Amino acid sequence: MKILVGYKRVVDYNVRIQVKPDGTGVVTDGVKLSANPFDDIALEEALRLREKGMAEEVVVVGIGPADLTAHLRNGLAMGANRAIHVQTGDAVSPLTAARTFLKLVEKEQPGLVILGKQAIDDDANQTGQMLAALWDRPQATFASKVEVADGKATVTREVDAGLETIEADLPAVITTDLRLNEPRFIKLPDIMKAKSKPIDVIELGSLGVDAADHIKTTHYAAPPKRSKGVMVKDAAELVAALKQKGLL
Amino acid sequence: MSKILVIAEHLDGKLNGSTARAVSAAAAVKPEAIDVIVLSDAPDAVAAEAAKIDGVSKVLTVARAENAHALAAVLAPQIAKAASGYTHVFAPSTTFGKDLAPRVAALLGVSQVSDVMTVEGPHSFKRPIYAGNAIITVEVDSASIVVATIRTASWAAAASNGSAPVEALSVDATLPSHTRFVGLQQGKSDRPDLQGAPKVVSGGRGVGSKENFDVIYKFADKIGAAVGASRAAVDAGYVPNEMQVGQTGKIIAPELYIAIGISGAIQHLTGIKDAGTIVAINKDGEAPIFEIADIGLVGDLFKILPELEAAL
Ligand SMILES: Cc1cc2nc3c(=O)[nH]c(=O)nc-3n(C[C@H](O)[C@H](O)[C@H](O)COP(=O)(O)OP(=O)(O)OC[C@H]3O[C@@H](n4cnc5c(N)ncnc54)[C@H](O)[C@@H]3O)c2cc1C
Ligand SMILES: Nc1ncnc2c1ncn2[C@@H]1O[C@H](COP(=O)(O)O)[C@@H](O)[C@H]1O
Repeated sequence: MKILVGYKRVVDYNVRIQVKPDGTGVVTDGVKLSANPFDDIALEEALRLREKGMAEEVVVVGIGPADLTAHLRNGLAMGANRAIHVQTGDAVSPLTAARTFLKLVEKEQPGLVILGKQAIDDDANQTGQMLAALWDRPQATFASKVEVADGKATVTREVDAGLETIEADLPAVITTDLRLNEPRFIKLPDIMKAKSKPIDVIELGSLGVDAADHIKTTHYAAPPKRSKGVMVKDAAELVAALKQKGLL
Repeated sequence: MSKILVIAEHLDGKLNGSTARAVSAAAAVKPEAIDVIVLSDAPDAVAAEAAKIDGVSKVLTVARAENAHALAAVLAPQIAKAASGYTHVFAPSTTFGKDLAPRVAALLGVSQVSDVMTVEGPHSFKRPIYAGNAIITVEVDSASIVVATIRTASWAAAASNGSAPVEALSVDATLPSHTRFVGLQQGKSDRPDLQGAPKVVSGGRGVGSKENFDVIYKFADKIGAAVGASRAAVDAGYVPNEMQVGQTGKIIAPELYIAIGISGAIQHLTGIKDAGTIVAINKDGEAPIFEIADIGLVGDLFKILPELEAAL
């Protein structure tokens, strides 16, 4: 079995995002970029399935600009067999990303596609579900445990009510939640080894994907700020302050 | 004029409170009609509850054995069919809606507007990105159907004084059998529901252990609050995952939020930005939580909580 993994590059989760004063975007110049945390988890899960003998090949996929190569090399250093770089200058919408993945799925015929549950830049939480819909295959979103056997995946999902378990015939799409695993660290020798692993570069335009986007972002704003409040010195003062506000 | 289809969320024969919040967002579009769709094996009780929500024009029920559990792969094709004639399809931004709505959107050939915070117009919305560190305004092409999830913390639940008619709907959709429900392990709790409670007390890594978390439960019970937790507390096994508050947990907007032994990481704060009053109790006076807390108290939680209980 082959596993395709979504490997998006995003602004690192530790960066405090600043909105540009003119409202045209957020400041990304000189800002640290990293793999989407959920995608590192997706890759880790794929590697573990390969190590358990459930898969032979793990392919990381990045859709983005020409300079994505170094990022994809990180995925290869972590252990992916090869990478596919779908090159496009523009940020793609989740629907376009899903349509792009579908083209790759048709070509690669994977048994599993593992994506992050959300990209922490757009926080869309859509691509996996959309790919599953277009592919007409099962989706197991927000996974915190995955078992693969006998042509199906049994997945525990983190839902509001607790933990839900579902069974999905393969091929299927899984999206990862944070507790699924802890991604391994990349070791120096692996970085060297990754240099010789293949990266296929495909122009998005050549895939015949309808990349029309009918949702436009017209303005960016900073969120309303919560102002710093007051400090109280002990429990009695805290209770008094809450009673005064009518909260106790 | 707009016509909005709201997808009802329900479990064990009860309507989830998130549905009435999605109806509030639908009402903000000022549409000609708001219809609520209930997909279930036995929709009657849920439909009766939905029919009471103010502003609902009618409730549509799709009763099929396959709808016994909320599997997106099974529900989405039915909703995509039922959506014909509507200008908008709204679902709550809960794990139910986040799982289902994008699948519906893809079947309808559109992208989705995730986590709607405000309605600026029938095709214009505000939503958060970067864990709420930026708020964007988006415009949906006016010729496209709008599929959106509604950020429940941004919308009060519509009241329940209505009496909309209930109609059975038969949708002609072939349903897949490739995805099957196995089980749901639910946290049993007599405490108020985290997502709707006016008061929430949360504990973090500072609480130290599963056993120590009893002090949090005890204090919460004393003031009638729901109990939440940081991701670190969940990861350490102090509490189950459904109690997590934050970017990847629950986004809540209680009147009172008390964070105990929580440092205030950006991903946690995302979940509580809309709270009325935030109280922080932390032994580290430099903890970032104090930058946004309305009332802060520096000290050891194990000393302060008994004192608080005594002072109540
Ligand atoms: C993609 C992503 C998503 C995330 N999503 C979430 C999310 O949804 N929710 C979430 O909460 N986190 C989330 N996190 C994790 C987040 O970054 C923090 O790691 C986490 O919130 C820290 O939890 P904490 O404050 O309990 O622990 P810590 O940061 O370890 O803080 C513990 C605090 O307890 C205090 N303390 C210790 N002992 C005592 C005592 N006796 N009395 C009083 N105070 C004491 C300490 O001073 C400290 O401030 C996410 C991270 C990532 C990367
Ligand atoms: N441009 C991209 N490149 C690679 N993977 C992507 C891309 N966009 C989305 N994905 C995958 O889809 C997941 C969900 O993204 P989103 O729907 O944008 O929140 C991500 O965690 C990735 O696994």
